[in-house]
Amino acid sequence: MTDLPLTPDDVAEIVAILDGSSYEHLDIRTSRFRLRIARDGTGWTQQWDWSDDDTPVQAETPVAPVAAETGPVIRAPLPGTFYRAPQPGAPPFVEVGDRVEPDTVVAIIETMKLMNPVHAGSSGRITAILADNADMVTRDAVLMRIT
Amino acid sequence: MIRRLFIANRGEIALRIIRTARRLGLTTILGVSEADRDSLPALQAHEIAILGPPPSAQSYLSIDAVIAAARAAAADAVHPGYGFLSENAAFARAVGQAGIIFIGPAVASLEAMGDKLMARAVAVAAGLPVVPGGEAATPEEALRSAEATGYPLLIKAVAGGGGRGMRRVDRATDMPAQIDRAMAEAQAAFGDARIYVERFIARGRHVEVQVLGDGARAIHLGTRDCSIQRRFQKLVEEAPAPGLPDGRRAAIEDAAVRLAKHLGYRGAGTVEFLVDAETFDFFFLEMNARIQVEHPVTEAITGIDLIEQQLLLADGQPLGVAQEMVRLAGHAIEVRINAEDPDADFRPSPGRIARAAWPAGPGLRVDTHIASGGAIPPYYDSLLGKLIAYGPTRAIAIDRLGAALQSLHLDGVATTAPLHRRIVADPRFIAGGVDTRFLEGLAHE
Repeated sequence: MTDLPLTPDDVAEIVAILDGSSYEHLDIRTSRFRLRIARDGTGWTQQWDWSDDDTPVQAETPVAPVAAETGPVIRAPLPGTFYRAPQPGAPPFVEVGDRVEPDTVVAIIETMKLMNPVHAGSSGRITAILADNADMVTRDAVLMRIT
Repeated sequence: MIRRLFIANRGEIALRIIRTARRLGLTTILGVSEADRDSLPALQAHEIAILGPPPSAQSYLSIDAVIAAARAAAADAVHPGYGFLSENAAFARAVGQAGIIFIGPAVASLEAMGDKLMARAVAVAAGLPVVPGGEAATPEEALRSAEATGYPLLIKAVAGGGGRGMRRVDRATDMPAQIDRAMAEAQAAFGDARIYVERFIARGRHVEVQVLGDGARAIHLGTRDCSIQRRFQKLVEEAPAPGLPDGRRAAIEDAAVRLAKHLGYRGAGTVEFLVDAETFDFFFLEMNARIQVEHPVTEAITGIDLIEQQLLLADGQPLGVAQEMVRLAGHAIEVRINAEDPDADFRPSPGRIARAAWPAGPGLRVDTHIASGGAIPPYYDSLLGKLIAYGPTRAIAIDRLGAALQSLHLDGVATTAPLHRRIVADPRFIAGGVDTRFLEGLAHE
């Protein structure tokens, strides 16, 4: 593409012009972008839309949530990378057969550079671990089964 | 002479760098992961180069991938932005060895400031006061160091910055678990698990000074106050720092310039201080040898484009601005709009923005890579954009910020915008000069 469409100063200037008018919004549409500058209460907003071919960016083959799970399971509280151990090389938090309490940390999910602990949520014994270490998982993906 | 600029970053800062580079007539090449190939910065750059798969370790943090892409693109210079490889001395060295200009300070400065323990020693040598504390290469050493420092204390990543891998610990019994998590996060974020321990000062303000240096001379562009933080992640930043006695402010600015001169610093940098909210005693914390997220507030009150300064200084130009030419005018406040849910313990909220209506108008600046339909992948940090309000006085800046936050609509993910609406209406914030516990207090009201 050739040039930046409008600088922030350009947008501020357009707003200043509109503000002295009775217009409610201004739509600018080019082959590359759409911009709506609209009145919002006492202020103004800018809405940019760059989507020409709107192909969503997909995370790499996330583990799909299992639809019909019967019995207690541990689900991912948020999407991210699933880790079974606190650090590379460290022993896993839990193994199949381990006894867990609601507060037991059974895994970590790394999302947006933060390590989020996954708690068992109920008491029982781990009967299956369904995600592999370092898998990308979606929100609510079933990570483990417990009895 | 820089003609082809490779940008080794993503998100709003990539877009910010592209904006200045284009104004200067440079050709921009953006290195992107596969998750970002359709991002707004990718659309705005002249060219893109695919670095690798989405996870940062295989793309934005891969020195080999970035160097190979910059060479293949025949880049004259690499701008690393903030985070990722921006303060990685090995990366800066590899860029130099490839015959490419690194937009940042000399490798020696990165080494001196990148390791927090060395930074402390250098600051002491330059005559700056520091907070009591000690190093800890292993969990055992951290425990020993904690015994000597006492509680509450802070664990920090030696290679860290921007608050990652930093934790407050109040009791000895919590220490082993916190050490493990801090080391794991440090390893994941910086590839270096080493930590150190520092005494926690209860009523502290975070005040930092923007500096520019050309290797021989150094100047400052005034203070910023970044005391409103959550887990050491800055949420609100303003320039200049409000409510500091003039003498103390001058002393802090002088200390920052002294450190920059001591280092023979070349480029833009930020010297961070912990300032006692009552006595205004100050201690050197660290120096960030890169552009900061909050740089726009300084740009707003000085009229100086910091990215342009970085490009000029890295290209070997002498400082074009003398200290007496720097005029600080007005007041600017930035709020970080993150994809985090403030009502659910700031849980990250990746997804897709259905509609992005950012505020617009006089005195407002929005630095963002998020437009309607924009994706927020789970691989990277949660910053969606920064809203900066400027005014001739702090009161006017606050008014503009408050009104702008009412006009901000980001549909599709949870954001920190509702929290900022509360902050900007809080009498303590309006009075100015809150300490780093402000947000904690706000959450419990």
